[in-house]
Amino acid sequence: MSSAILSIRDLQTNFFTHGGAVKAVNNVCFDVEEGKILGLVGESGSGKSVTGFSIMGLVDEPGRVAGGSIKLKGEELLGLREAEMRKIRGRRIAMIFQDPMMTLNPVLRIGVQMCEAITTHEKVSKREAWQRSRDALAEVGIPSPEERLNAYPHQLSGGMCQRVAIAIAFLNRPEFIIADEPTTALDVTIQGQILAQAQKLCAQYKTAMIWITHDLSVVAGLADEIAVMYAGRIVEQGASEEVLKTPRHPYTAGLIKSVPGEQVKGERLYQIPGMTPSLLRLGEECAFLARCPNAAAACNNVPDMTWQDGRGYRCHNPVEAANINNKAPSAQKEELV
Amino acid sequence: MSDILAVDGVSKVFTQPLDMAAKISNLVGAKNKEIRVEAVSDVSLSVKKGEVLGIVGESGCGKSTLGRVIAGIHESTAGDILWRGKRISQMTRAELREFTLAVQMIFQDPFSSLNPRKRITQAVSEAPYAHGMISRAERDDLTVNLLEKVGLDPSLRTRYPHQFSGGQRQRIGIARALAVNPQFLVCDESIAALDVSIQAQVLNLFMDLREEFDLTYIFISHDLSVVKHISDKVAIMYLGRVVELASASDIFAEPSHPYTKALLEQAPKISEGKRTFYPINGEVPSPINPPSGCHFHPRCRYATAVCRTQKPELLEVSPGRFSACFVTGSETSKETNEAVA
Repeated sequence: MSSAILSIRDLQTNFFTHGGAVKAVNNVCFDVEEGKILGLVGESGSGKSVTGFSIMGLVDEPGRVAGGSIKLKGEELLGLREAEMRKIRGRRIAMIFQDPMMTLNPVLRIGVQMCEAITTHEKVSKREAWQRSRDALAEVGIPSPEERLNAYPHQLSGGMCQRVAIAIAFLNRPEFIIADEPTTALDVTIQGQILAQAQKLCAQYKTAMIWITHDLSVVAGLADEIAVMYAGRIVEQGASEEVLKTPRHPYTAGLIKSVPGEQVKGERLYQIPGMTPSLLRLGEECAFLARCPNAAAACNNVPDMTWQDGRGYRCHNPVEAANINNKAPSAQKEELV
Repeated sequence: MSDILAVDGVSKVFTQPLDMAAKISNLVGAKNKEIRVEAVSDVSLSVKKGEVLGIVGESGCGKSTLGRVIAGIHESTAGDILWRGKRISQMTRAELREFTLAVQMIFQDPFSSLNPRKRITQAVSEAPYAHGMISRAERDDLTVNLLEKVGLDPSLRTRYPHQFSGGQRQRIGIARALAVNPQFLVCDESIAALDVSIQAQVLNLFMDLREEFDLTYIFISHDLSVVKHISDKVAIMYLGRVVELASASDIFAEPSHPYTKALLEQAPKISEGKRTFYPINGEVPSPINPPSGCHFHPRCRYATAVCRTQKPELLEVSPGRFSACFVTGSETSKETNEAVA
């Protein structure tokens, strides 16, 4: 697709540990278009954050991007030297992290940190940088921004800090933003504020965005597209409404059914048995095999991505559209885990 | 069914005593005051046997403190707790012991609530052994039994906590709470730290255990969909006060208090699809210096002059349904509203 801001193909990120190579991100492909939000959903250890770090070029030892391609407006990012990457990072691609208290430097005033983000990439006067920082803070809805510029991070609440982080991410009008669980640590009402803010800014500046989260309901309200990750691979991908309404991969279907509130009150929740497998011990078989209700002989080989009407799923026995509304088997026997 | 546990006007105030420098400067005329936080302010609730009471609120609203007061971890500053109709302040030592064993707590963080240096058998069977409920020889059997109940493989009982995943550890925490045959469990954000698919497993476990052991729960959470699913009755807290108390079906079908309304609107739902978020303004104010009158008035879109000066009482709006609001409250509160205005 030509209008894609970011285009990822066959991304492979491995961590070379004493126990062997851990394929944290395995064969991941997706495009994000201008002004669109891609929701990257998965449980802990599914590789969603590592995907984000790989794009930013921030994978630390013993990890390494082992293959694939990451193109920003047609320009290959993999293989760039660190000095070149540094020019892109923060200016053309920005990242918002999960814990706002950890992202901001505790010993520098907010204003200093914000101005630094501007002056690193542009030759502007201190005064102008300061003014732009102030405007950016006002834009994300921080009251009395002038005062806040002189505050230290510990003087602000978690929600405020996250807004500052968002303001910094948008400072240089990047083409692409990666948001790594930015609302997980926040309260419901504050989460609503942050989501509203991100939505507004994305539409205003036509920024493409990846929103990494484990919370399906956040993605349902925010994202245009969804990619569901499991054990390092994308298992299902497509327009968010369609994926959530008619999931094809048993894992996605199970996740949606296990969220409380969608079923009759007090009824047993659908539960996906077992746990996510260790990435060290992934074999030739589908990683979801042991937990899958639809498992068959063919599942001993990792299925390829099947594409159909702009939607993809990685499954030999996809959930049939008609079966999705069926009730969860109520008499599930809980297995010993 | 009668109330198994009632909370009667409980308040909990935390104070930070002055340090030496502040005390000395006070002697020479400075006016340093102790920092005082009213974490829970005059809360009254009751739970019937077999019921699940959900307590919802944002961080800093006092829901965990209330849970800890109920479980006997904190002592209340004012008010009292009634266990099967008997005030705990008037209990004899033996009765008090029975109460503390009957009410158990399950904590939020499965990584910090287990002693990393104790094997699972020790962690699970320590309390009943210490209380003389079982002999040393029975410790192992009891652990095997309990681990099976919570869906863990009993052969793992000689391992240490770090060898388990978050979901497994939470199950161990539950087994430990069940070891003393409790009748009442206080679950403080017990599934918040778990992955979605594991959350469902643990929630189901809670519901199974409720039937099997005839348990009553207080379920503290910030997650509305979880509370909606599991609770019979819900209390919504804001800055130490209960602002709305009603049956779960009532609250989620038709919230009465403006804060409850805002909370429900904010919570994203899978079924709704892409939408625009209209946030409520402002943040939860600091409990050190809460707003006057109704604590919610600076963020409330219905706020009037009364809300700024007077504290709204928790009044019965319709049968079985309580709300603390001047504006959306009952007829009586409307009258006071007019009288004051």
